[in-house]
Amino acid sequence: MARTDIGPPNYRDMLPEIIKRNYGKWKYHEIIRPGVLKHVAENGEELYSVRVGSPRLVSVDFIRDICEIADKYCDGHLRFTSRYNIEFLTDKKENVDRIIEEVQKLGLPVGGTGNCVTNVVHTQGWIHCHSAATDASGIVKAIMDELYDYFVSMTLPAYVRIAVACCINMCGAVHCSDLAVVGVHTKPPKIDHEKVSALCEIPTTIQSCPTGAIRRHPDPNIKSVIVREDLCMYCGNCFTVCPAMPLADPEGDGVAIYAGGKVSNARKPPMFSRMIVPYLPNNPPRWPEVVDVIKRVLEVYAKNARKHERMGEWIERIGWEKFFKLTGIPFTEHHIDDFTHAVETFRTTTQFKW
Amino acid sequence: MEGETPLLDELEKGRWPSFVKEIKRAAKKNKAALDLLKVQELSYKDKITHWKHGGIVGVTGYGGGVIGRYCDQPEKFPEVAMFHTLRVNPPAGWFYKTDALRKICDIWEKYGSGMTNFHGSTGDIILLGTKTENLQPCFDELTEAGFDLGGSGSALRTISGCVGPARCEWAMIDTLDITYNLTMEFQDEIHRPRWPYKFKIKISGCPNDCVAAIARADFTVIGTWRDSIRIDQEAVRDYVEKGFDIESVVKKCPTEAISWDREKGVLNFVAEDCTRCMHCINKMPKALRPGLDRGATILVGGKAPIVKGAYLSWVIVPFMKMEPPYMEVKELLRKIWDWWDENGRTRERLAELIERLGLKQFLRDIGLPAVPQIVYRPRSNPYVFLRR
Ligand code: HEM
Ligand code: HEM
Ligand code: SF4
Ligand code: SF4
Ligand code: SF4
Ligand code: SF4
Repeated sequence: MARTDIGPPNYRDMLPEIIKRNYGKWKYHEIIRPGVLKHVAENGEELYSVRVGSPRLVSVDFIRDICEIADKYCDGHLRFTSRYNIEFLTDKKENVDRIIEEVQKLGLPVGGTGNCVTNVVHTQGWIHCHSAATDASGIVKAIMDELYDYFVSMTLPAYVRIAVACCINMCGAVHCSDLAVVGVHTKPPKIDHEKVSALCEIPTTIQSCPTGAIRRHPDPNIKSVIVREDLCMYCGNCFTVCPAMPLADPEGDGVAIYAGGKVSNARKPPMFSRMIVPYLPNNPPRWPEVVDVIKRVLEVYAKNARKHERMGEWIERIGWEKFFKLTGIPFTEHHIDDFTHAVETFRTTTQFKW
Repeated sequence: MEGETPLLDELEKGRWPSFVKEIKRAAKKNKAALDLLKVQELSYKDKITHWKHGGIVGVTGYGGGVIGRYCDQPEKFPEVAMFHTLRVNPPAGWFYKTDALRKICDIWEKYGSGMTNFHGSTGDIILLGTKTENLQPCFDELTEAGFDLGGSGSALRTISGCVGPARCEWAMIDTLDITYNLTMEFQDEIHRPRWPYKFKIKISGCPNDCVAAIARADFTVIGTWRDSIRIDQEAVRDYVEKGFDIESVVKKCPTEAISWDREKGVLNFVAEDCTRCMHCINKMPKALRPGLDRGATILVGGKAPIVKGAYLSWVIVPFMKMEPPYMEVKELLRKIWDWWDENGRTRERLAELIERLGLKQFLRDIGLPAVPQIVYRPRSNPYVFLRR
């Protein structure tokens, strides 16, 4: 009989000896070069961490490759960060260069520390999800190929966190990232009436719609629903509860781009990301229009922001009107919120820039 | 395989490591991975997903941990006609010994596609794609190897915490121990969905919030302190002497709690004005350290936009001591779950319920005091329901 509810392995069994010895007793740290952290304990012991970028969607052989490096140089220990980076931990300074050499042989970048663009938090996309309006891994690859130099250096005013979600369910902290790409549908659900009566619970389906766009079918003989298209904002919530209402559409689907969110409490409180581009079409395999906007905004930020300023802090200081001017991104009526918290974003002062 | 996937092949180029190479690597050994590659190529061509809604699949005794997945073109891609995913609960802080990782690799090579996510956005190890009949034996071997499934559906999701005291001098609470302790305490809530919707707990050791708890968790625990930042003036001067631009740091203190006296070479600091944002500490880790009277701020309600818009978590308990066995926080969680279970509608997250019934009602029902730290500012309207 299989055991259940054993829970995950105890983390204590996974920690390197130097960490066990100095658990909770770290004094300070430095970034000795991009991708390499040195933590110093109260007793003077030193721990080196080499941070390495990963594509996240990886084969078991990839995991075995990195295990091999960890066995050679880290007494068989390694960890991952919350942004999918791999960290090799060692108390031997001389191992740092060897680890770097080995990971570079595998084609993996060392970086992701300090004022950089670190790994992109992202979701599943076409590789695995029924709800996807775009792919995630592909956009991430296209963006990071272009921003690679920012991963392996620390030259930005502050760090920049990018996220990609392939639909507005946003399985990732997309809504609070410096830059975010979000898959969007732009066509209302296509209803298969026969399948609705077979597969879906009509009251639940009606209730699922945040805008009240879904109604019972006017013909009482048809056990199905209709959608008032003028009320639909293509969120896909109905599709989540009723598989007979897909929204995906090769021509309609695409992405929106957001900017200026942050999670950390440093200086300004956490902020939501705000829409900067309402829609760009899907253009696989490299989504050049999307990559172009991301790169352009990043470069304008890098050039204009003050030291320590996160993207959102910079934009709030200069004003969004200035942001659109500097980046050349057109402001449209779609940028004006008309959802639940809309009025909070309307300007209630005569202060603004031209 | 060569030349069959021209669009994806494009993504083998470039400097960033390629997931396409990884799928191809798995595809050399595994037919499902090969079909996965072809389905993905088809999606790139058609610009549409080829996955269907999941049916209910799982392992005996659990209501979650497995995501059912089917391809919409089973005749063409029989190997991924069923392509279910297991969420595996990782060790706290994502620390591993290589032998544990290798065991997972071996099991997944035997039962699944050989493709994984290290990790999912909630923090689980994601084992991507297997057939229904493989789920139970795969799970059995995983538990043999010491691993268990994470949460999915309307359940407690896999809890995550930052690296904390294991490798960060700023950890005000033991994030790894809290993550592990709560995970073990709430196994039933993780494995057997029974709530209105999902519920997430995330734990960050300090206000830098490296696991984005404030944005992503219904129940957010963030380490903080009540006394004063500790300043090593000698080390501050050392920074300055080495050319560090201290003015630029001081200028960005949101509360003007710090100032640099260049004449005397002293960093002046007014502890009671400091809101513990971490900015100055982040910039001068050798000279500034958080205080010693440590605990956590508890916030609730953070979530992504679906359904009623995104929320950041709201402060409900400004300070709570966090000592094992963490009874106070467990009791608070149970009270919140009961309240949500009783009052929440289907697919209503905690934040949406609080917004519908009012934060005042929530605090009263849970038995938490109303204190000014909970709001930015008091209300501006006169519509008080005195009798409610
Ligand atoms: C250079 C010193 C720093 C170190 C050693 C450090 C440590 C880390 C680590 C280990 C992670 C991954 C966390 C995990 O996987 O558990 C991380 C991510 C993160 N760090 Fe730091 N941190 C540093 C500086 C900062 C600063 C200065 C801030 C904020 C001002 C910050 C905010 C964050 C955030 C928000 C994340 C989360 C990334 C995500 O969205 O997943 N960190 N940091
Ligand atoms: C069946 C299609 C879906 C797939 C394949 C999928 C996949 C995933 C995966 C793999 C994760 C990471 C899990 C982990 O690390 O434990 C995740 C997290 C998440 N999913 Fe999904 N998901 C799906 C549907 C949905 C739906 C329908 C919603 C919302 C209605 C949703 C919202 C989220 C959110 C908010 C997160 C967590 C993000 C965080 O922790 O901050 N997903 N999803
Ligand atoms: S963001 Fe949307 S499409 Fe992407 S994995 Fe999550 S639910 Fe699926
Ligand atoms: S896509 Fe969203 S808005 Fe449109 S009908 Fe479905 S639930 Fe309603
Ligand atoms: S949240 Fe704070 S304590 Fe935790 S790893 Fe980040 S900086 Fe360190
Ligand atoms: S922690 Fe933040 S608020 Fe406190 S003194 Fe430093 S910069 Fe100012």
